Amino acid sequence: MALLQIAEPGMSAAPHQHRLAIGIDLGTTNSLVATVRSGMSTVLHDEQGHALLPSVVRYLPDGTVEVGHQAQAQQSQDPRNTIISAKRFMGRGLHDVPDLVHLPYQFIDAPGMVQVSTRAGIKSPVEISAEILKTLKMRAEKALGVYEGRGELAGAVITVPAYFDEAQRQATKDAARLAGLTVLRLLNEPTAAAVAYGLDNAAEGTYVIYDLGGGTFDISILRLSKGVFEVLATNGNSALGGDDFDRRIFCWVLEQAKLQPITAEDTRLLLTKVREAKEWLTDHASAQITSILSNGEVVDLTLTSATLTQLIQQLVAKTLSPTRKALRDAGLSMEDIKGVVMVGGATRMPQIRQAVAEFFQQEPLTNLDPDKVVALGAAIQANVLAGNRNDNDLLLLDVIPLSLGLETMGGLVEKVIPRNSTLPVARAQDFTTFKDGQTAMSIHVVQGERELVSDCRSLARFELRGIPPMAAGAARIRVTFQVDADGLLSVSAREQTSGVETNITVKPSYGLSEDEIFNMLQSSFTSAEDDKQARALRETQVDAERLLEAISAALTKDGEALLNPQERAAIEAEMETLRTLSTGNDSHAIHSAVEALNLATETFAARRMDTSVKQAFAGKNLNSLKI
Amino acid sequence: MSDLHQNHFELFSLPMQFAINLDMLDQNYRRLQSEVHPDRFAAAPSADRLRSMQLATQANEAYRTLKDPTTRARYLLQIHGVDSHHENNTAMPAEFLMLQMEWRELIAEASADRDVPALEKLLKITQQEAENLQEDLRTTLDENKQLLQAAEAVRKLSFIDKVRSDIEQTIIKLED
Repeated sequence: MALLQIAEPGMSAAPHQHRLAIGIDLGTTNSLVATVRSGMSTVLHDEQGHALLPSVVRYLPDGTVEVGHQAQAQQSQDPRNTIISAKRFMGRGLHDVPDLVHLPYQFIDAPGMVQVSTRAGIKSPVEISAEILKTLKMRAEKALGVYEGRGELAGAVITVPAYFDEAQRQATKDAARLAGLTVLRLLNEPTAAAVAYGLDNAAEGTYVIYDLGGGTFDISILRLSKGVFEVLATNGNSALGGDDFDRRIFCWVLEQAKLQPITAEDTRLLLTKVREAKEWLTDHASAQITSILSNGEVVDLTLTSATLTQLIQQLVAKTLSPTRKALRDAGLSMEDIKGVVMVGGATRMPQIRQAVAEFFQQEPLTNLDPDKVVALGAAIQANVLAGNRNDNDLLLLDVIPLSLGLETMGGLVEKVIPRNSTLPVARAQDFTTFKDGQTAMSIHVVQGERELVSDCRSLARFELRGIPPMAAGAARIRVTFQVDADGLLSVSAREQTSGVETNITVKPSYGLSEDEIFNMLQSSFTSAEDDKQARALRETQVDAERLLEAISAALTKDGEALLNPQERAAIEAEMETLRTLSTGNDSHAIHSAVEALNLATETFAARRMDTSVKQAFAGKNLNSLKI
Repeated sequence: MSDLHQNHFELFSLPMQFAINLDMLDQNYRRLQSEVHPDRFAAAPSADRLRSMQLATQANEAYRTLKDPTTRARYLLQIHGVDSHHENNTAMPAEFLMLQMEWRELIAEASADRDVPALEKLLKITQQEAENLQEDLRTTLDENKQLLQAAEAVRKLSFIDKVRSDIEQTIIKLED
């Protein structure tokens, strides 16, 4: 390539064009979309002025789909076809979902991920989430003037719980693709919150983000320094949230009212009442839970704050154990923590706030809207990743939440990249053959902290073949894991003496196959093939223009200093070719010319990168850096 | 300057020695990542992004190695041609092995008694022991260049690191 935007703050490849990008908080209970406008991150509202979109999807008898408030209003009447908290089922098999019996859905165990039978057919959590994302995408496109030709949406940053594993992340990405969104990055929710909080408060130092949402709990510890947000450790529980508190209270109601097994409609009704009571208790000492069930039975109970404290005591304690682990992983003690930022609707509960205050021996920070902060942070990162320079010079250094490893003899896991390693990261490990004359080796990539493969998540399997026959233990097979800044894992294996090699980009077996995505897209969109091609051509042309513009700028700035005349002429020849081709309509030819130009400018790019790094340390030498 | 062949100290403009200024390491790490991190190249062509990823990966690896005293010392020895994993004198002095056994017994006892404070205390004791060895390394590595002696200290440190991580694991289990 050739353009190094790094050395030129304030300048992007296309200097005059602000690329439209959005941040989406796809929550268990509510979802939001935000964008950066005139340098400020802002949550976008729907036409009724709502910021929060309830994460509720209802499949109607007439074949239409309702999302949000309307769907939520019908959940007690039509519980089987109104799906709430679909996020809890993303990338999860039937056996992973706790408390199934209390949910009013007809679950179907499908390979990889549980599905729900509705009147509109069998729906996967990915499809249900895609409906929510589609609604938010349309809201954003309207607000940003996409329909009036004010540019296309470049992409979205979608937040996920930090403790989501690969299967859950892949499911989220699949949902975005299904909704027609380009995913710039999946961003960890607490990290997003830290960005919004940190930039807003010009915070410096070490902060804890305590994020208790509707269905997930995350704890992240970050060091904030001059716009660099460094995640030191993260931990959590991807199946613990406000919903569990509701369910605990719900069970108490069943017990107190001595109810017989109740219908799906009554379950949903009572869960709603229970949630209202829980929210009421945020500012009151007691709440009334009153309802008439379908069989005429009357429930009328008083829930006091003290009873609630008792009921949820264990759940609150369950959040403190990951918190302790994260502190240990970061090698920090309480005194190192400058502030504890509360995120997620469930942190409004006074019981939670008090427990956190006691644990950290300081009052938690609650001066921001726990519902909005994640989306606001996601929008800021989306703006950066879309290539819009920002004055804050924000940089996020995130970590992998769970260790990555390989299966070894006896079903044991050998960790290759430990959890909390900063991205991007690469690590290699050597293995050898077990039997004389062994010519193939099976490589099984797993994720998790446990010692046994069966307790971890399986991510991928592949084989290294063609190892020359040798005595057992003589072959040297180096397996390299690389995780890029997007969290994408690639694994390669190479036999060192013979050079036999194989590699794979890991896509968890839980994700949808390309075919499945394609079919779903086919059935949900009617866009004509011609449109797609025209669009692809336009995109290629825009890419070519951006590249030419950027290289021209780079040549003007550094061409003289870093290139000899022949090198420069070679680059200019490739530029001319691309310029000519990009006026035509052969998108393959343009694409090839772009590749050729990228190749021709590789050396130039490397030299510019080195120069800019040198400048970073300009004026420093070994002496001045001595202790 | 920054290319993939620089050693970790050079990458962060630090003197090649055991005693380094950790604040300087932190600062220079963040400054380097601010320049080379892939997010800075989100809209850049693929060759740029690839190189940026390689540099950022190297910066992370270098930072991780230098941040921890044990890996830093081992890395320095490696630069000087001494592999502290495989040096022939793997035998530890008897008194060090005794100390190890004593600690292991304490862990087992405290674990059985669910005695977290005792484990916390042992963490402090082992920390002190590690700091003493690190102090030795300042002399053997930076001043006297007694590499074989340094290698023994590094092996001891690795032992202690392992014990400390086992103590932490035990505490986590007890607290759950």
